[in-house]
Amino acid sequence: MSSLISLLQAAVYFGTVIMFGCIGEILTEKAGNLNLGVPGIMYLGGISSLVAVFLYEGATENPQPALCVLIALLASFLGAALGGLIYAFLTITLRANQNVTGLALSIFGSGVANFFGGSLNTLAGRFEQISVPVTSAAFRKTVPFLSGLGAVGKIFFSYGFMVYLAVILAGVMQYFLHHTRSGLNLRTVGENPQAADAAGIDVTKNKYLAICIGAGICGFGGAYYVMDYIKGTWANDGSIEKLGWLAVALVIFATWKARNAIWGAYLFGVLYWMYLYIPGLTRASQEIFKMLPYVVTIIVLVVTSLRNSREKQPPAALGQAYFREER
Amino acid sequence: MTEAAISLKHVTKSFGSVIANDDVTMEVRSGEILALLGENGSGKTTLMNMLAGIYYPDHGSISVNGKEVNIRDPRDAFACGIGMVHQHFKLVDVFSAAENVIIGINGKGRLSHRQIADAIRKICDKYGFDIDPDKKVYDMSVSEKQTLEIVKVLYRGADILILDEPTAVLTPQETEKLFSVIRNMKKDGKTVIIITHKLHEVLAISDRVAILRRGVYIDTVETKDATEQSLTEMMVGEKIELNIDRPLVEERPLRLRIEHLSCFNEEGIQKLDDVSFEAYGGEILGIAGVSGNGQKELLEAIAGLQVTMPGASIVYNAPDTEEGAELIGKTPRKIRELGVHLSFVPEDRLGMGLVGDLGMSENMMLKDYTRGRGIFTDKKKPKELAERIRKDLNVVTPGIGTPVRRLSGGNVQKVLVGREIAAAPTVLMTAYAVRGLDINTSYTIYQLLNEQKEAGVAVIYVGEDLDVLLELCDRILVLCGGRVSGILDGRTAKKEEVGRLMTQMRKEAADA
Repeated sequence: MSSLISLLQAAVYFGTVIMFGCIGEILTEKAGNLNLGVPGIMYLGGISSLVAVFLYEGATENPQPALCVLIALLASFLGAALGGLIYAFLTITLRANQNVTGLALSIFGSGVANFFGGSLNTLAGRFEQISVPVTSAAFRKTVPFLSGLGAVGKIFFSYGFMVYLAVILAGVMQYFLHHTRSGLNLRTVGENPQAADAAGIDVTKNKYLAICIGAGICGFGGAYYVMDYIKGTWANDGSIEKLGWLAVALVIFATWKARNAIWGAYLFGVLYWMYLYIPGLTRASQEIFKMLPYVVTIIVLVVTSLRNSREKQPPAALGQAYFREER
Repeated sequence: MTEAAISLKHVTKSFGSVIANDDVTMEVRSGEILALLGENGSGKTTLMNMLAGIYYPDHGSISVNGKEVNIRDPRDAFACGIGMVHQHFKLVDVFSAAENVIIGINGKGRLSHRQIADAIRKICDKYGFDIDPDKKVYDMSVSEKQTLEIVKVLYRGADILILDEPTAVLTPQETEKLFSVIRNMKKDGKTVIIITHKLHEVLAISDRVAILRRGVYIDTVETKDATEQSLTEMMVGEKIELNIDRPLVEERPLRLRIEHLSCFNEEGIQKLDDVSFEAYGGEILGIAGVSGNGQKELLEAIAGLQVTMPGASIVYNAPDTEEGAELIGKTPRKIRELGVHLSFVPEDRLGMGLVGDLGMSENMMLKDYTRGRGIFTDKKKPKELAERIRKDLNVVTPGIGTPVRRLSGGNVQKVLVGREIAAAPTVLMTAYAVRGLDINTSYTIYQLLNEQKEAGVAVIYVGEDLDVLLELCDRILVLCGGRVSGILDGRTAKKEEVGRLMTQMRKEAADA
């Protein structure tokens, strides 16, 4: 029983990181841009929040937890959105190839983040490992009272606020895309930019906004990873990158619907950590279990392709640059 | 009535070194149906796109209802009451009809699908449309999609409607329905501009005709004073013969014998049902039918692209051989090598047969890339072939290396048909070869087919225009519901007879 609970908890931690990435990427892809730079953007979000609160905590005698959280979130959003802006400028204004730009951004983001992460560790000096205790504690504060309610409390209420923010954000995204006029316009841009243009929708503006805001949301995933998942430190081990790719896979798994990202993210988490809870696994067979999320994604791709459901396909104009005066 | 809804003054637009519209000055009267007539590439669509806000003129001014306006994007056009139905539909496949109608319209609050559906039904009732607001676009026929585009424009409150070649992909019945809708709109006080190059449609629907030739405005004439001959002369700039030749070839050897051909499409719907006929060299066999009644499947089955049901046989008699060869079971390439060629012009013209981003010479290579030595391709011959087609068929292109996507529709089709003819086939199948082409280019294509026929080729011609089929073909095979409902002699058949056969099966089924 207790091992099941800890598996579910691990799955929620894990799922929250990729849920942010997935929601951000859904918004981006609905605008018709396949941003493969999610890992890099999550890196940028993570390092921006860490640098910002490190400077704040270092400069203040008694850092305010609420202010710490606000600074961390704002910094991660802006840092990541800046990465999105680079991608948007290259793919929309300069009409560069989206896949190549995205991959380059992934490498760029991880490089920048690890450079500054390493520098921070050096700056932190005496402990050899940077830490932002106040912010991290604020991020990891669980729901008071409810988290004490036995198994239920542990499974549902033993997390920091970001876990709930991710779920709320997924719901908001679902509502925005499918029940508002702006959402409909944005989906039109991703499905058929010519149609959007002829209907008077500003294609460029919609794409820029969706990519930058989408990247910002991905950045929250990075912030959550740094502040909660690894408890306010920096690790140069490339694990954000791994999670970033899973977020991209999750978009496909969720068939571009934010509401599916919620349970999909937790499912990926369960599948990813399952090896720890299955007795008798060797190092080699563990690795096979770590593949499960990817295997499931492939199965979903196969099944949706076989069923040939028009509703479960990627946006029709995904990956294509739009230029009005071309014929 | 004589007030100008739109007046254009000295409008010029160029793309790079190509001048699409050169100093166009013209007027559209309020409440009239104006036909805009011109050959392919004469700048009709470009001119209208400037009214719709897709392009912005380099020079000149546009006035709407007497007021000079500045149309920078489609939103401005809507604000002026101008709505355009583009030739390539601007619809989102995965959206419902209602969703497609409201895209781009700002409004407050949550989307109320019911409210929109009601508004759409109201428009439909007023003008006689038939649209289900909840139907997804991918389930719609071409004609339904077009209706939806018109509803979309009307929903935005447009008073001036521009329809870009609306009849290019419609059947005669659907065209008639569209025309009655257009007349309803006129009654309602709307101004309609219709771009077309089908002369009989111009004469049937319009009040006045404006003619463009190579980007230059020629004149506007009253339709009641115009004839097909006079309009053609203005459009082309010279006198041309409007009769299609039908030479009689004496020697007509059997080339194809098709027996009991049946097939199903991917969704399991039967598209061909026990089709049997013969095709002879030295004749043009026309295939008539409402679109989607098995024409495409029939040609594809012969070309080896369709899986056929057991029991069918397609026997091909090559010249100088006694024995016929069974085509079923052979690969498409093998069938091509035997001399049976297919040139299919799909609705979007490029989808099948040509690669838009490649130039003419590369597109020539598509069908015989296997030639050449070892692993290297032979580039010289395709280049020569491309140059020859360009010269013989008068293809307008900056160079044979220019991506064919950039050519105008007529030129793309010339490349497609030209490539098949150049391969010296013994059986040439073409489907919708003149789809969307202007009269002059169409006649060039008919001439090409006649030359092939006189050279002893068995030509199978799938067409939409019954008048043309009756003038061009030696025999006409009518398909209805995937069955052969009749084979007529092209020289004696009447249009009504063909029309009746095209719909006959349905009636029989209904009676039974």
